[in-house]
Amino acid sequence: MRRTDAWVGLGLAVLAGAVLWSARAFPNVPGQKLGAAFLPTLVGAGLLLCGIGLIVRSLRGRAYAGHEALAAGSEHFGSSLVVIGAVLAYIFLSERVGFLLIAPLCLLAGFVAFRIGWRRALLWAVGGTVLVHVAFYKLLRVPLPWGVITPFY
Amino acid sequence: MDAVATAFGLVFQPYVLLVIALSALYGLFVGAIPGLTATMATALLVPVTFFMPPVPAVAAIVTATAMAIFSGDIPSALLRMPGTPASAAYTDEAFLLTKKGQAETALGAGLVFSVLGGIFGVLVLIVAAPALAEVALKFSSFEYFWLVMLGFTCAIFIAGSDPLKGCVSLLLGLLISVVGLENPAGAPRYTFGNADLTGGIPLIPLMIGMFAVSEILRFAVVVAKPVMATDRPFGNVFKGMGALLKKYPLQLFRGSALGTLVGALPGAGADIAAWMSYAMSKRFSKEPQKFGTGHVEGIVESGAANNAALGGAWIPALVFGIPGDSITAIAIGVLYLKDMNPGPTLFVNNPQNIYAVFIVFILAQLLMLPFGWGAIKVAKQILRIPAALLMPLILLFCIVGSFAINNSLFGVVVMLVAGVLGFFMERWGFPVAPTILGVVLGTMLEEHFFSSLIKADGNFLVFFERPIAGTLGALCLLIWLWPAVRMLRRR
Repeated sequence: MRRTDAWVGLGLAVLAGAVLWSARAFPNVPGQKLGAAFLPTLVGAGLLLCGIGLIVRSLRGRAYAGHEALAAGSEHFGSSLVVIGAVLAYIFLSERVGFLLIAPLCLLAGFVAFRIGWRRALLWAVGGTVLVHVAFYKLLRVPLPWGVITPFY
Repeated sequence: MDAVATAFGLVFQPYVLLVIALSALYGLFVGAIPGLTATMATALLVPVTFFMPPVPAVAAIVTATAMAIFSGDIPSALLRMPGTPASAAYTDEAFLLTKKGQAETALGAGLVFSVLGGIFGVLVLIVAAPALAEVALKFSSFEYFWLVMLGFTCAIFIAGSDPLKGCVSLLLGLLISVVGLENPAGAPRYTFGNADLTGGIPLIPLMIGMFAVSEILRFAVVVAKPVMATDRPFGNVFKGMGALLKKYPLQLFRGSALGTLVGALPGAGADIAAWMSYAMSKRFSKEPQKFGTGHVEGIVESGAANNAALGGAWIPALVFGIPGDSITAIAIGVLYLKDMNPGPTLFVNNPQNIYAVFIVFILAQLLMLPFGWGAIKVAKQILRIPAALLMPLILLFCIVGSFAINNSLFGVVVMLVAGVLGFFMERWGFPVAPTILGVVLGTMLEEHFFSSLIKADGNFLVFFERPIAGTLGALCLLIWLWPAVRMLRRR
């Protein structure tokens, strides 16, 4: 936790620097000495102080314990990457491919990453897609994209 | 009185009652599955409530959250896994009771005292909110400025264990709120020439990301296999509750009162209320040595506290537009979408809507008895559904829900980024609640600060001149300076 705190503090300080630097260009409210730059400057300064505080504290060895007290071996980062990948795939492909094709693929990837058997995963992927399609497209009238299957619709 | 009659008419319609019943089932289900929280239940409800009139929309959120906070107790008792973080404080206690063969007492106390605590919170809400609204009608930008500052202060100093990290969380939230055109000068800030960003970061996809997607990512990283503590069928869960009520009336009252108060403080919600009440119960108990061995006293007090907190959180949310917890932070977003902008004028212009919300609150607590009883009956079947099957489905709901708010993929992008951010914040010990508070209140802070500044005309003492503003301001300064004062006194 101590080392993470120091790195997070450094990251925050860099972010704060960027915020402070960019805030200089924001215009003032006409007739006032302050303006759009006020809050970002305040936030930037605060983040800078907090970042430095985190670094100093962790170097002095006085870090608070975080929530995660798990042994390193019991974690699987692969599955979380699949989750992120599935959302990215949806963002980039849904308009082109269509909801009815991309959604079951996202679901299938998730099920398999969470170690559900293939047959069960396939069944739930199709069922889940139909459920969401009926709930959001049919009932709530959300314009989910049709993509490549538009001509068949 | 006309408004009350209208309010009854608004609630007792087949459509609204159906929404309440369905959200009750939904809330019980989500609360009972470990890893799915009450806040997540609310965030996932929003895309659906988007398409409803205001009263059923709020009814859905109120009912689902009340049920979820109770049903979080069920897996605590059976699996030693809290269904929602609000049950975590007494999970061990409930589980040990089950191990001793007293599952009925653990679950029954959870249910009955949840209902009683919930009713207490609602009664305080019903009495306090309109009274506060009367006062708040006279508020100017100075009072609002200090209220927001006090909210931030509470979130940092009271809600979290580490003020420094709480402060970072809050500042990140304010930074997110700064994005877009909505500021006193009307200048684009951090939009990077992107048309989507000029409108600011959309709140609902942000919440879905921070509370639902981050939870899915967490589940993906740590896949835990739960083990059921008992396999026998349950007897009557209401047996012995009368005796408990007679034995622990003070605990019930103390838990309910503390829960309501903690709920009303911005940034702290049901989970913190439960932890504080459990500690308080142990501190004042006649048998503190029994705590941690399967003793029901702590469950009585903190079980009442977490449900009372729900009602308490709505007090500042409805009267000032300042959320009392993460759930009301989302609910405020819904109120704005429904043209029910929170604030004292809501009590003057639309009292029937406010009364309808109150009626729904009471209805939800009363429904909890039969619905909760049913949930306990089928608990073992619900808990056998593997979370691994639900998580990808919830992810798809999150994606489509974030898309549905503006029918734009930008919402999905925001959701993903917020999800990853929420995941790492939690992992590195940064509380998420202050961030949400910063996002929700950032614009309000800036607006009130600038109108105060123009009125003050360079004289900062004006910020303290009005009596209520002065008191609030002094209170803020006192809390900020308190650590320094304490340090000086120690020397």
